[in-house]
Amino acid sequence: MVDPLFGKLSWDSIILVQEIENPNLNLLITSGAAVMIPVGGVLLIALLWWLNWWKPLLGWLTSVDHKKIGAMYIIFAVVMLFRGVVEGTLMRVHQATALNGGFLSSDHFNQLFTTHGTNMIFFVAMPFLIGLINIVVPLQIGARDVAFPRLNQISLGLTGAGGFLITISLLIGEFATGGWTGYPSYNGKLINPGVGPDYWLISLGISGIGSTLTGVNFAVTIYKMRAKGMTFMRMPLFTWTALCTSILLIFAMPPLTACCVMLGLDRYLDFHFFTNDMGGNLMNFINLFWMFGHPEVYILILPAFGVMSEISPTFSAKRLYGYTGLVAATMCIAVVSFMVWLHHFFTMGQSATVNAAFGIATLLIGIPTGVKVYDWLATLWGGRIRFTTPMIYLIGFFFLFVIGGLSGVILANPTLDYQLHNSLFLVAHFHNVIIPGVLFGILAGIHYWFPKVFGFRLMESYGKITAVCWIIGFCLTFLPLYPLGMMGMTRRTVDYSDPAYVPLMMVSGAGALFLSLAFTFIVILFWRSIVNRKKLAIPMGDPWDGRTLEWWTPSPAPDWNFAILPEVHSRDPFTEAKKDGTAYQPIEKYEDIELPSTTYYGLIIGVLGCGLGFGLVWYIWWMALASFLGCVVTAMVYGFLPKKEIVIPAEEVRKVDEAWRAEARESQGVTRDDESTEANKGLARPDALPAV
Amino acid sequence: MSKAQAGSLHPGLNLGEEHGDDHLEAETSVFGFWVFMMSDLVTFGMFFIIFASSAHALAGGPGPKELFDLGSVAWQTGFLLVSSLTSGMAVLSLKQDHADERGSRKRLVFWLVITILLGCGFLYHEIADFVSMAAAGGGPTRSGYLTALWSLVGLHGFHVSCGILWCIVIIAGVLFQGVNRDWKLTILRWAVFWHFLDVVWIAIFSFVFLGGLI
Ligand code: HEM
Ligand SMILES: [Cu+2]
Repeated sequence: MVDPLFGKLSWDSIILVQEIENPNLNLLITSGAAVMIPVGGVLLIALLWWLNWWKPLLGWLTSVDHKKIGAMYIIFAVVMLFRGVVEGTLMRVHQATALNGGFLSSDHFNQLFTTHGTNMIFFVAMPFLIGLINIVVPLQIGARDVAFPRLNQISLGLTGAGGFLITISLLIGEFATGGWTGYPSYNGKLINPGVGPDYWLISLGISGIGSTLTGVNFAVTIYKMRAKGMTFMRMPLFTWTALCTSILLIFAMPPLTACCVMLGLDRYLDFHFFTNDMGGNLMNFINLFWMFGHPEVYILILPAFGVMSEISPTFSAKRLYGYTGLVAATMCIAVVSFMVWLHHFFTMGQSATVNAAFGIATLLIGIPTGVKVYDWLATLWGGRIRFTTPMIYLIGFFFLFVIGGLSGVILANPTLDYQLHNSLFLVAHFHNVIIPGVLFGILAGIHYWFPKVFGFRLMESYGKITAVCWIIGFCLTFLPLYPLGMMGMTRRTVDYSDPAYVPLMMVSGAGALFLSLAFTFIVILFWRSIVNRKKLAIPMGDPWDGRTLEWWTPSPAPDWNFAILPEVHSRDPFTEAKKDGTAYQPIEKYEDIELPSTTYYGLIIGVLGCGLGFGLVWYIWWMALASFLGCVVTAMVYGFLPKKEIVIPAEEVRKVDEAWRAEARESQGVTRDDESTEANKGLARPDALPAV
Repeated sequence: MSKAQAGSLHPGLNLGEEHGDDHLEAETSVFGFWVFMMSDLVTFGMFFIIFASSAHALAGGPGPKELFDLGSVAWQTGFLLVSSLTSGMAVLSLKQDHADERGSRKRLVFWLVITILLGCGFLYHEIADFVSMAAAGGGPTRSGYLTALWSLVGLHGFHVSCGILWCIVIIAGVLFQGVNRDWKLTILRWAVFWHFLDVVWIAIFSFVFLGGLI
């Protein structure tokens, strides 16, 4: 049955062929989406050809500069977000019309929530955050690069390979139907022999390894590469949260990898880890998965908290309130997050005592989280607040995230969870923490740091519209799901027969359309800002009167980040320097700077990762084996090649750096009142109100 | 790889001039590898947990008493423990004062080869055990217990094979390119890996084999 050359692959595996042979509405929708892959690919290539951008593209793909790698993560995440939002909207619109059956078939609907969930968590939220961490952390700690620049590129390649697999599943074959959690035995071979679950486990396995390596890389970067004088308690809070997230990645990704390997062994080689018979135990999967899964949600939320801790002091021109408390709270959350995984299956038969213990542990997490919210509020108190786009997200976050957290406290109580488990209440809860928490944090962070990488600000006008659309869209879409859940509507349902659900479902469906609009505005925002980039440029690098090191360089930040590595004496070193008037003083001595040179390593591993995954999914053994051996050989070859470095002569550094300092000394700068106008060229003039 | 900023220096072996570049780079490189190993340890931990929870899931198939050959396991243990010692000898020949002399390169390669041979001895016995287990009806698809056993021990065996392959690459590198900074750092990391496998084996030996027979 399995062809030696093509494995299980045949013409009929391609969705478009299926649609031609057997036209129906569901396939039409899928193939409409699937068509976008080849068409998009061709258009992209045509565009690159037309603009003759091959060289710069290759320059980016082979770069080991952490800023470029971070930007690539974020671009990848935006593309994947597009798919996720479309799928979410499709499901909501379907459910709005699904009284006694809607327009989607149940199999199609199941694939939709599975891809939506998997994609949103692993290929949207994670790459977004890892991208931000990449861009910001080395700058914030005053380093020229991450600890292992080439490894960083490999991580990106592996993430890309995972994303490739989940994307290509739209065109060739099918994706899993068992939800983003992929429980057996539904996803076992017996019930689901198709390629869907294989796509799921292999894309997660491959990208999971990439994330583990990212965790290692950033933990080492933060431990070892901090500027002179930057003790742990002087680290900016975003860096703190990045550290905690890295530690979580290091310890929480292996359970996921193990899960994928074990389920894979069950499916491919008839092992009995999670089967129903022969001594397999599917509770093992569920435990393992959530040992990863719960820390995962903190992997996502902690950096978002970090962003909030950066923008609240900056946009209220005050020192961060309760630094020590925030650090302690972050650490507490990171540690306790490993002890609560069981709350995801209170209803699966353990004793009441066990449930109570995990319920209490879960409730405890509310305490440090509450501490944080109060700290941010206190930071704003009495400050010189500007309602820029990140602040709008912050306000949305304050109101909505707290609601999400409170509904989490409700779910943490096992007795209540028995009522609400697997209902739409839960769907409301986790979107309520993920969108106003993680996504708002990410969007605020992108707004805040975008100028550092690209040298120009994003437009405030469109930024604000986008933010407001997200807030309204979120409320309309997800708040109605709380009452729906309490009325008894379950999650993952393709249709229902109780007409009482209809009105709220309609509201939710309309809200989803609003969210699509919000996504559209993101695209418009980028496009309009790029068009207007000259007017929005902030070459002097400090558009918001920043406090930490990343603002103490020109924008876009040069390849070497800092002409001379800064030395730190306090928590807000840049603010101190600006107060002393030493921030832009000339420097006498410059030195040659060594940077790692470009390499194809990550690109090759990424492409081979795609081949390995695709070969495994379709049982094309030669392809899988060749790709695997290719990875081994690549690693060996790179072990033998000398590690090249580029040397940037001191003279060149001097030219760039002196020009920047001179311009900053001569420039007038802008006050906070004009921060959002074209007068802002990236130099902050001291304000009427003294910064506290 | 980047150098650690001053203030944190590698506490281990002196690879070159004191506080020189080697020293700074060793700090990030070896520390990074340690962190990676901690992650790997969690992976092993997961397989251990599954093994523990499947210890009685025999599903009517053969159990430890029918399958284990403690003599062979003792040989494996011996090989692996001694190989840890020899890998340590290899690392010691990197010390600053003799690293660049021809004699010490010979010594390095000698100890590395011995280590590989011992590793191969380990693998030989392990594979022979697997074959005889399968012949006795104890293949990995027979029961939950055997699935967990084969995967845990197999995962360790896979690591050992990787370690051997890596060591061969190192020997080639040292012979063709000399004992330069990059290879020194690679050897330090490889050594961490190799000792780590020893530690994991001790746990497997105690819990899987001894524990199973008690
Ligand atoms: C942007 C607007 C979004 C919409 C309209 C949306 C809509 C939906 C819908 C309709 C479901 C299925 C609910 C059910 O099971 O009945 C769902 C599930 C889910 N969503 Fe979203 N969502 C959005 C954003 C996000 C984001 C940003 C994330 C995470 C980063 C996310 C993660 C998930 C997850 C993990 C599931 C569960 C999938 C499963 O049941 O296995 N969603 N979403
Ligand atoms: Cu949880």
